[in-house]
Amino acid sequence: MPSFSSHPKQRSDQMESGSTASRSSGDGSQRAASEALVRVRGLHFRRGEQRIFDGVDLDIPRGLVTAIMGPSGTGKTTLLKLISGQLQADAGEIEVDGQSIGSLSRSELYALRTRMGMLFQSGALLTDLDVFENVAFPLREHAKLPESVLRKLVLIKLEAVGLRGAARLMPSELSGGMARRVALARAVALDPTMIMYDEPFTGQDPISMGTLTSLIRQLNDASGLTSIVVSHDVSETAEIADHLYIIANGQIMASGSPREVAASDSAWVRQFMDGEPDGPVHYHYPAAPLEQDLLHSAVH
Amino acid sequence: MLDSIASLGRAGLAAVASLGRAHLLLIGILGGLPSMLIRPRLLVAQVYNLGVLSLLIILVSGLFVGMVLGLQGHYVLSQFGAAESLGVMVAASLVRELGPVVTALLFAGRAGSALTAEIGLMKATEQLSGLEMMAVDPVKRVLTPRFFGGLISMPLLAALFSAVGVIGGWFVGVGLLGVDDGAFWGQMQSKIDFNEDVLNGVIKSLIFGLVVTWIALFEGYDTSPTSTGVSRATTRTVVHAALAVLGLDFVLTALMFGG
Amino acid sequence: MARIRLTEILVGAFMVLGFVALFFLAMRVSNLSLATAEDGYSLTAKFDNIGSLRVRAPVTMAGVRVGRVAAIGFDQETYQAVVTLRIAEQYDQIPTDTFANIFTAGLLGEQYIGLDPGASPDMLSNGDRIEFTQSALVLEQMIGQFLLSKAEEGGK
Repeated sequence: MPSFSSHPKQRSDQMESGSTASRSSGDGSQRAASEALVRVRGLHFRRGEQRIFDGVDLDIPRGLVTAIMGPSGTGKTTLLKLISGQLQADAGEIEVDGQSIGSLSRSELYALRTRMGMLFQSGALLTDLDVFENVAFPLREHAKLPESVLRKLVLIKLEAVGLRGAARLMPSELSGGMARRVALARAVALDPTMIMYDEPFTGQDPISMGTLTSLIRQLNDASGLTSIVVSHDVSETAEIADHLYIIANGQIMASGSPREVAASDSAWVRQFMDGEPDGPVHYHYPAAPLEQDLLHSAVH
Repeated sequence: MLDSIASLGRAGLAAVASLGRAHLLLIGILGGLPSMLIRPRLLVAQVYNLGVLSLLIILVSGLFVGMVLGLQGHYVLSQFGAAESLGVMVAASLVRELGPVVTALLFAGRAGSALTAEIGLMKATEQLSGLEMMAVDPVKRVLTPRFFGGLISMPLLAALFSAVGVIGGWFVGVGLLGVDDGAFWGQMQSKIDFNEDVLNGVIKSLIFGLVVTWIALFEGYDTSPTSTGVSRATTRTVVHAALAVLGLDFVLTALMFGG
Repeated sequence: MARIRLTEILVGAFMVLGFVALFFLAMRVSNLSLATAEDGYSLTAKFDNIGSLRVRAPVTMAGVRVGRVAAIGFDQETYQAVVTLRIAEQYDQIPTDTFANIFTAGLLGEQYIGLDPGASPDMLSNGDRIEFTQSALVLEQMIGQFLLSKAEEGGK
């Protein structure tokens, strides 16, 4: 695992312990599947004419890092929105901690969401509040804490992501990686049981990418969280995940531990994991033959 | 031919659907009133954003509109030897019409467009989804204070516009053109009725405030979360709000002063 | 905190300013400082012709405004206009034999009602009728009369 060399010593220690867990997860995921935190059965979802999910079954095991991977536009983010109840499935069942998302009332859903954290692609920090207030926001909304306790809690959360010094900066003054770390601190402010990461690595430089991977692993192992990472960055994701799902064309293409998936002999999975430009997934968007387009000036 | 009828039908259905969404949103916004009252600071912040920050443009515009009314009114009225009625003319046109209408138009341009852009960008940057994931209803937390902020600010801004306008008209009429000071105020007071003119003006401005803020919030909330979407929504806010204000003004004027 | 406090102060100032403007419109621009429709008492008066008298026209005594025209109706039996006057409460010493005239402010100005107090010891109270009235001078009639008298003069 070469990327560890760029981390400080103590962090890579924790990473080692984390990756030990992931190494043992060959049988671990098997065991965890029986006690899934999130259970998706026969999920169908379409947006307009486009089928996003066409009968998807998956289980997110408790206490592990599960990665959901797939090419852009396959509805990975949509899956997170379905799990968190921001979107309604057309058919199928989504259960989180034994509660069926589709049948929950608004207040029950909101109660469930206080136990879910979500890290958005853009960070989604409230731009009119500073870093401290952003992290304090869920606490102020849901927990009636005295100001002194709240202050301590927020500072502890910020310290955990290494940004206590930035408490009084506004979101516009943060770099992309810092914003994502603040958002992470906010997502775990209420000590959720589960946290969802929407493309955490997109658009990050190598250093903040490394920081984020180690943070995700640390948070998961230190506080017994269940993590779902949605990403298309193969190497970073494979590195931290205990269990992988690969989605494409509305279906699960492959699942298993990173090692199992990497060893898959499916041509499609091979192309995705190795990043080949052409293969079962074609480089070209479906179109009429080039000669035809070039010869006929009008495209109908 | 059939195609154009079909597309007309589709456009009609889409318009009805968005009208429906707008009303559902309004119900949601009003439902946030109790939770907003627990946290008046959110409302104060929005009265600041929408009211205090619009103050300068409203005051300056009001002053100039009043001064122009003073000049033009004096020019016309003095031809009939009725320059003493200048006060009535200035005050009546401001309190009944120009105060609420021009304030609403300026408010739509200054505060409405800002609201739409703010909400639209919050949507585009996933801040609204973020709130929802933190189990906070974005309609109640974000939209409700803005709605009531607009509702409170608008009548006060319109009253300030009219008051400053009357002073502007007085300055030009009495100060520069030599209309008798006593006649200016006396005629005004005897002809302008509090209930009929001033209160109706306040009611108008309340309704305009509601409509402009509502349109602005709906357009922002309903926008497609892209930069084109937000820019279109902002334009739509100003256009729709201006048309709604002018159309409603006719209806309200007919109801209030027509009979 | 300081920023929030400044916001609060500015918003407070804005609200005060807005209400001052409303107060200005009420007291200085409109007639709220005079009797409003609610208080005061009503008198009625019948006129043969009210000319272009309008609702809300002033009612004056010795040139001082004491009230306004609240309603104008038509009596089918006498074919007269029934004008309801709202008189401010403090002007409760109007004798019963008061004379109500419809005057015109200036040559073409708006018409208003002028009350000429009589000498009776009894005072009018709410709902009473003013017996003595004089109709509006209608300009067309005046001109007609003037021309007629001129014609008569010429005829002599």
